[in-house]
Amino acid sequence: MRDTFAQAFYEEAQVNPKLFMIVADISPASKIANFKQEFPTRFIDVGVAEQTLIGLSAGLALRGYKPFAYTIANFAIYRPFEQVRDDVCYQNLPVTVVGMGAGVTYSPLGATHHTLEDVAVMSAIPNMSVLAPCDPPELKDAMRAVMRHDGPMYLRLGKAGEPTLTADAPDPFVFGKVRQVKAGRDVCILSYGPIMSMAVDIGAKLEAEQKRSTALYSVHTLKPMDREGIAAILQRYPVVLVIEEHVEQGGLGSQVKQIAWDTHARCRLNTFSLKNSFLHVYGSHDDVRRAHGLSIDQIYPAIAKA
Amino acid sequence: MEVAPSPKVGGILDLTISKQRCRAMRRRILDISQTVSALHIAPAFSCMEILDTIYFGLMRRDSSGKSSDTFILSKGHGAMAQYVVLEQLGILSKSDLDGYCHPHGRLGAHPDYGLPGIEASTGSLGHGLPMALGVCLANAESRLASSTYVVLSDGEMMEGSNWEAVMAAINLKIVDLTIFVDSNGFISATPISSRHPNLLPLERKFEAFGWDVRSVDGHDQQVLFNAAQSKSPDRPLAIIATTTKGKGVSFMENQGIWHYRSPSHDEYRQAIAELEANA
Repeated sequence: MRDTFAQAFYEEAQVNPKLFMIVADISPASKIANFKQEFPTRFIDVGVAEQTLIGLSAGLALRGYKPFAYTIANFAIYRPFEQVRDDVCYQNLPVTVVGMGAGVTYSPLGATHHTLEDVAVMSAIPNMSVLAPCDPPELKDAMRAVMRHDGPMYLRLGKAGEPTLTADAPDPFVFGKVRQVKAGRDVCILSYGPIMSMAVDIGAKLEAEQKRSTALYSVHTLKPMDREGIAAILQRYPVVLVIEEHVEQGGLGSQVKQIAWDTHARCRLNTFSLKNSFLHVYGSHDDVRRAHGLSIDQIYPAIAKA
Repeated sequence: MEVAPSPKVGGILDLTISKQRCRAMRRRILDISQTVSALHIAPAFSCMEILDTIYFGLMRRDSSGKSSDTFILSKGHGAMAQYVVLEQLGILSKSDLDGYCHPHGRLGAHPDYGLPGIEASTGSLGHGLPMALGVCLANAESRLASSTYVVLSDGEMMEGSNWEAVMAAINLKIVDLTIFVDSNGFISATPISSRHPNLLPLERKFEAFGWDVRSVDGHDQQVLFNAAQSKSPDRPLAIIATTTKGKGVSFMENQGIWHYRSPSHDEYRQAIAELEANA
């Protein structure tokens, strides 16, 4: 995803002189390095200074530029939360805050480097939009929407090595709309971000072992939430599951439940989210997800009976 | 309200007119104080001459009054001082100021980006300077000959974000930036020198980061103007402007209670009498 982001940014920068890349102690990798080389005045490394990362980005946007403030997700939003809120969102400026390695991607580094609750925190701020594409091609499409977007944006990314999941998706990417990634009849799984790959595997297992036709949707736009799209899914499928690498509070799980209540949904609805807990567990990305209850082995038995 | 004429271009400061104008602007703030239950009167009075010098002396204006320079009031609680200056310039209207902090008006206790003459929303301390760095870099990228002025409070310099930006300004080779630290010696109602003495002196801290630094009397427009005009061409400038919180009204000066309070009618009359006696 990191490389896809860099490539998309670099390509846009060739034709859009308004783009700036602001980083806080991130070495420019892949095409960001090319951008820095070709447009040195539009690449700014503020150092280990995240409040300046966001405040300076807001200042550029005040003068008509379109800055991307880029660092590891936890540093991009938690340390400079007030700058994101006051400088970017209150002034409604076109700053894109790029949170790389969100969720528990940086699994061995511990909770300081995780974003368990970033979607909730960013979504709660007025004027902010939140995007979390599930694979590199969806990110590529999302970047076109990001480039057109004239307001604050939090772009929640994984890191590297995410598989392509949307190659055969029936729906195109449309900002603000849920996207069907795979058609199905009996069960529907809603997810976003890189953990969509687990949803894909669970759907395949349901079809192979239980012959239950399973639909998959990428809810890439967490804000503004496509309430109508979610409501239609809740009407259409007898079983709906949410799988997300985020705590339920303020994430997709709680929002889908709200919509279900508001629209008198009658389907079975199960949500699988990160625990609201700082787990002192280290290991691979899958190890830490599993410690939170997010693995095929843990989720499948719970939904096989649903 | 007496409205003094303003110069159309920067680089001119008429001291007599400036002093009259600052007196008129203090009076205007006192008048408005009688329409609201509370306002930041003393922090506005401490930076009155600083703002007057920036807006009427330093910022360059075209014939329509529009400036290519930028002003950010990082100490957003001094907004009354900015509002009365913008009224003098005709950028805000009399009815704008009359509606201050009333539900039918549009001016609140802190500057709100998007209103005429307000170039950044502030109110929480430590935000103006990092934003100003972005403005400076944007101007450089756009090849605009534009100066950026920021007014901060001395207490605001306790915010870590400011020291990030003080360091980053040099590392990012930002040049066309002048900041004024309104050093009135108080944070809210607490004297800095007794409670937080290690904040001071500020001058050596800026110098250590590579800034050009001046220490001046923050109520002397000529000295403020000269300090800004003497800026080194290759570094940002910090002007540490020693001021008196509540300047101009004896019973408000250095009295913490006036950080956020409206005078009673009797106090108001006494304050007006003092301003007029000193005319």
